[in-house]
Amino acid sequence: MKLETEYIEKLARIINDNGLTEISVDDGEQAITIRKDSPEIVAPISDVQTTASSVQPAVQQSAAVDETSAKQPVKGKAITSPMVGTFYASSSPDVEPFVEVGSEVKEGDIVCIIEAMKLMNEIKSEHAGKITQICVKNGDPIEYGQVLMYVE
Amino acid sequence: MFKRVLIANRGEIAVRVIRACRELGIPTVAVYSEADENSLHVRLATDAFCIGPAPSVDSYLSIPAIVSTALATGCDAIHPGYGFLSERAEFAEICAMHDIKFIGPSAESMRKMGDKAAARKTMIENNVPVTPGTGIIKNIRELKAFVNEVGYPIILKATAGGGGKGMRIVRNDNELESNMELCQQEAEKFFGNPNIYAEKFLENPRHIEVQIIGDSFGNVIHLGERDCSIQRRHQKLLEEAPSPAIDENTRREMGAAAIRAAKAIGYEGVGTCEFLLDNDGKWYFMEMNTRIQVEHCVTEMISRVDIVREQILTASGEKLSYSQDDIQLRGHAIECRINAEDPDNNFLPCPGKIDGYFAPGGFGIRVDSHVYPGYTIPPYYDSMIGKLICWGENRKQARRRMYQALKEYVITGIKTTIPFHQQVIEDEVFKSGQFNTGYLEDFYKRKAEKESNSEVN
Repeated sequence: MKLETEYIEKLARIINDNGLTEISVDDGEQAITIRKDSPEIVAPISDVQTTASSVQPAVQQSAAVDETSAKQPVKGKAITSPMVGTFYASSSPDVEPFVEVGSEVKEGDIVCIIEAMKLMNEIKSEHAGKITQICVKNGDPIEYGQVLMYVE
Repeated sequence: MFKRVLIANRGEIAVRVIRACRELGIPTVAVYSEADENSLHVRLATDAFCIGPAPSVDSYLSIPAIVSTALATGCDAIHPGYGFLSERAEFAEICAMHDIKFIGPSAESMRKMGDKAAARKTMIENNVPVTPGTGIIKNIRELKAFVNEVGYPIILKATAGGGGKGMRIVRNDNELESNMELCQQEAEKFFGNPNIYAEKFLENPRHIEVQIIGDSFGNVIHLGERDCSIQRRHQKLLEEAPSPAIDENTRREMGAAAIRAAKAIGYEGVGTCEFLLDNDGKWYFMEMNTRIQVEHCVTEMISRVDIVREQILTASGEKLSYSQDDIQLRGHAIECRINAEDPDNNFLPCPGKIDGYFAPGGFGIRVDSHVYPGYTIPPYYDSMIGKLICWGENRKQARRRMYQALKEYVITGIKTTIPFHQQVIEDEVFKSGQFNTGYLEDFYKRKAEKESNSEVN
């Protein structure tokens, strides 16, 4: 293949249409990787120079999270994380997530997993209702008290 | 060099470590409890994570929360600061299990120094003077024989103990057997180990400690001693380096002893050997602290060695930046611990909102603090809000600089111990340099006498 603009645009469209973050093509002669940067909840660790210019990176990060959740009108009660760890939407990679937006949950239903030091902890909903928003995605580092999803 | 360091602490030491990492170009991760959301260390770190509610046991002491945060954020090292998990061997082990470098000594070194009777034995084997004492006491006969040898008073200590707990002073034969049994019971109750040993009890010695640093190549150096005799209920209030009671000869001997002790257990990282200096000039090993200490700053001022930086470098596998000959101590430094406490009301802790805050400055003045105007001190943790350190060419100059600096230091909205330090720094006995761990009791006694005399007049 020749790396023409048309081809590159085609690859970019494939990324967007399929909700991918990265596509790599290598035919032995030529290779191209296109990556789509998605906003992360944790600030990418920048080098020292950029850090020095922003005195309050941590505060900005939590502010950013508040903004994204404030953009969509918050509906319902929050399910917050009782611990520090990594968020997983399902019990294993090839299994359906416990809940999705729109899922009905009863009090005590498992809504996700928070993994800490190789131990999987089932997080149960304290409320009954419908999941209106899931604020985090697979693999996100979660801090204590962080909002995971909303139930109405 | 480390990719990213997590600081498992809070307050002024977290700020200290974050600064050292920034200077080395290492990104940092701060952890904080819900009560510390507005704390300075959270703002200074590259990244910050809330790890639990206010109580320390659920946050700063939560090994799972801290290790999870380190793993989730890609940290390859954790600095434990002082207090909290800094001397917990199992924490060091868990870090190692997860390929995270614990910036401190190995779990093995901690345990060797944590077992008091074993530490004594190691010192004896390496010609480090220890207070006359026994091994594990097996029966009352053994104890009586020891008393006959050294005389009263003696102190009974739990071998698995520490922090001032599980110790009993015995002053005469009547109390000997009952105290032995009670001490064994308490040791079992508090530490799960009923074994106790006995030492000669020194009345009001001076507390002298030697700073050492070791790398992973077997090199160990010492940075001279600190005098920490001014204490209240075993809490240090004011420290200085060098000690007014130590001459060059003794300094060399103590330093050599501390290095022997460190090398004997293959010690890596920063550590402090505590000694007791008796009134007759004899000194004895007391215990070893296997962490960075609050008062490390006075040693930094007279040695010009950045101890925290050196700690991080050696932990990352670098050779010590200094040989013993490179260490040239110069001048005198004094540190006042500024606490949010009311010195006129039995040092009652005064958490609350700081309205005005103005720190002193100038040549030879150093302030290590995490507070700022508008900051609310949470009531869940210790009351130290900062350290004021002054350096001078000699003790008099350091003292006078401290006097001026304390006058400049303004903190409003809460009570602090600044007025107390002002009184001590001008006190005749402190000025003379001739004091020991009985200083504070004597200071208040003299103060009361002066006040009652002026009332009479």
